[in-house]
Amino acid sequence: MKIHLKIWRQKDAKAKGKLVDYMLDQVDHHMSFLEMMDTLNEQLILKGEMPVEFDHDCREGICGTCGMMINGQAHGPVPGLTACQLHMREFEDGATIYVEPFRATAFPVKRDLKVDRSAFDRIIQAGGFITANTGQPVEANTLLITHETAESAFDSAACIGCGACVATCKNSSAALFTSAKVSHLAKIPQGEKEAAKRVLKMVSRMDEEGFGHCSNTEACEVECPQGISVLNIARMNWEYTKANLLKD
Amino acid sequence: MELDAKIPAGPLETKWSQYKAQAKLVNPANRKKLPVIVVGTGLAGASAAASLAEQGYPVTSFCFQDSARRAHSVAAQGGVNAAKNYQNDGDSVYRMFYDTLKGGDFRAREANVYRLAECSLNLIDQAVAQGVPFAREYGGYLSNRSFGGVQVSRTFYARGQTGQQLLLGAYQALMRQVSLGKVNLYSRHEMLDLVVIEGKAKGIIARNLDTGLIERFAAEAVVIATGGFGKIYYLSTLAMGCNGSAIWRAHKRGALMACPSWTQIHPTSLPQSGDYQSKLTLMSESLRNDGRIWVPQLPDEQRAANDIPEQERDYYLERRYPSFGNLAPRDISSRAAKERIDAGFGVGAQRNAVYLDFSKAIKEQGKEKIKEKYGNLFSMYKKITADDAYAAPMKISPAAHFSMGGLWVDYELMTTIPGLFAIGEANFADHGANRLGANSLLQACVDGYFILPYTLANYLSGELKKEKITTDHPEFDRTEKEVVTQLTGLCELKGTKTADYFHKKLGKLLYDKCGLSRSAEGLTAAIEGIKILRTAFYKDLIVPGTAGEINSELEKAGRVADYLEIAELMCHDALSREESCGAHFREEYQTADGEALRDDENYCYVSAWEWRGKNSLPVLHPEHLKFEFIKLSVRSYS
Repeated sequence: MKIHLKIWRQKDAKAKGKLVDYMLDQVDHHMSFLEMMDTLNEQLILKGEMPVEFDHDCREGICGTCGMMINGQAHGPVPGLTACQLHMREFEDGATIYVEPFRATAFPVKRDLKVDRSAFDRIIQAGGFITANTGQPVEANTLLITHETAESAFDSAACIGCGACVATCKNSSAALFTSAKVSHLAKIPQGEKEAAKRVLKMVSRMDEEGFGHCSNTEACEVECPQGISVLNIARMNWEYTKANLLKD
Repeated sequence: MELDAKIPAGPLETKWSQYKAQAKLVNPANRKKLPVIVVGTGLAGASAAASLAEQGYPVTSFCFQDSARRAHSVAAQGGVNAAKNYQNDGDSVYRMFYDTLKGGDFRAREANVYRLAECSLNLIDQAVAQGVPFAREYGGYLSNRSFGGVQVSRTFYARGQTGQQLLLGAYQALMRQVSLGKVNLYSRHEMLDLVVIEGKAKGIIARNLDTGLIERFAAEAVVIATGGFGKIYYLSTLAMGCNGSAIWRAHKRGALMACPSWTQIHPTSLPQSGDYQSKLTLMSESLRNDGRIWVPQLPDEQRAANDIPEQERDYYLERRYPSFGNLAPRDISSRAAKERIDAGFGVGAQRNAVYLDFSKAIKEQGKEKIKEKYGNLFSMYKKITADDAYAAPMKISPAAHFSMGGLWVDYELMTTIPGLFAIGEANFADHGANRLGANSLLQACVDGYFILPYTLANYLSGELKKEKITTDHPEFDRTEKEVVTQLTGLCELKGTKTADYFHKKLGKLLYDKCGLSRSAEGLTAAIEGIKILRTAFYKDLIVPGTAGEINSELEKAGRVADYLEIAELMCHDALSREESCGAHFREEYQTADGEALRDDENYCYVSAWEWRGKNSLPVLHPEHLKFEFIKLSVRSYS
């Protein structure tokens, strides 16, 4: 199939970027989107041009590395997918596809489609963990957790930190990402002890990093490749209010 | 060179506790004077860096990804083993030890494997304390399932995302230490060389992948936790960035490489669909708990799977290995699939797959139950293939997966360079010639959490009074210069073929000649082929741009350059081992039934190889394995 690409090229964070046109005429519809990008890059390199820089690694939809706006949607048109799991059979022969980086103040562009998402790591550093040193923890089965609680904690813990929620939010809010971790750890008994401190610190760091506020449009849930629910945001707000009310 | 594995004396059950009781300690006040470098932030690297920082050592940690959370441990699906015997089905540390040794075809050290099983109990407790949401029974107790090569249920799991959840636990522990200022984390940095001073590892040279800047880091010990190099086959289940560069550069600085040819080929990957393909996706082995594997009884069958009646199907694993059936170990299952495919019974458009069928399980347990157990795997399958595996069998195929080989380490996980440690998949230890499912997450975790923190202290205690080395040392100058020369050299080649072109050629060559089966003739031809390919690489490679900027093509080129050398060593290793064991199947050495024929008399050793320079043959230093506690037996699963 034939594909017309309009790809955002930008040398670094300071440079001015622009959309550049590329044509590919032998795209196999079984290819993944990133394999199509590999094909383009191979051609660019052979012509002596710089390939399009984009982040990717596992290509199994789990590492969270790949992320780009495809036709204005984070990870492209199919719901519940990362870009690496998107296949060319989703596009028409002769289609024009816009490819741009995730845009958010807190995610500066490094080059082309590569952005800096280290703000997410700093949110985790602020308290997205259980304070448990390596050593002699209690026997695992002394801590009973019902099937339903474990499954529900897992649903929140499944976030891959890809940043699609931020990219698709009109306020560039990191509420879905942060709330997923807050919920995962608050739901299980091991994480309960620090829940109040954790949510206050994480929310405050999220604000400091330049992410916007959540205004409940729920676009994040629609774009999330892992189907993380906005109910996590509700839980985060509840945990936050509770912590604020009860703090000394 | 006589290799000393430093295995403690005494009974199997007390070796590790004896070691811990006698290992030298470092006073908490002195620990901050002993900086440590940890390369890699997967399960092994992150757990080691966090645990060492908790003890008070200043840790500098590196990963090439943009975040420590993205290491490839994240993609492991099925589970992690532990001999907890929660299911009351007769499991024990000894049984797990035995299963692992047998699964590895008796080519691993008894003491290491016993320690792995022993530490497995602690690991589950540790992970639960960190908040890993393992599957639970309705009453709140931990749940288990079974994996290939064993007859008990000892695998703990978090749906099909166990690796992700364990990694997040370790990553969060690491982030906590970063926030406390105990770990300096350098993401988007790649280790390009090891600095060895007076015979000891004292630092690394890394490239900042965002700026191209070459940076120097000094420490009292270096820990390599960079995972395996199975991506050498190009098509593999590994992430695109997985590579062998750190271990290979360390090898060229004097660390021996052990058993590099033992790469596990995983039986349940999705089949290749075209030449453009960049990787193969793995489906968890846990699927084989409920899925039945079969091919049509007639060659070149054209009917759709569901139209082939029961009596015209060949459930070849159940037929050949009745007591383990679909849960036969990976090497056995992979080879059996290859045998059927090569004989003309393969299915799918390219005739390169076998069926993994859930219809019986769905009939017996209901679609909902199957969905609960494997739902995410079925939806992943649908995303990639557009097929519904609830309605028709999955198509699966063998793919390169896990390196059992790696840097040679002793019982303390130290390489032949003092001060250089290798943990997780980067070392060769514990799995022997084949890894049982769910033992990989386990090894990476226990190396990092429970073993290295003791053995590293034992080494560091001896370094306390020695003179401290800084990055001004001339050896840092020299090593950095060599790194820069290599990088600029690659950029200046200005040829006509990309790094991927050479990588694909190499991968195909290796898969054909040093993959699922090997022969003296094929391996000899492969060595010649690799040499030719390497010459072509240095003549005709093209890398656009410069070394002083973001340049993913340059990153790839450096890794392929190393693969071209590792591949040759793999072939030498496979050629020198004139027997079949585990993942290594030499066509000349098989039983009348086509099973692997081991030769314990002559090859019951770990082959450790020494680098003697570009134009010299590698030198073999066998570490003979002593089995004091078990009797070697024929590995039978029938």
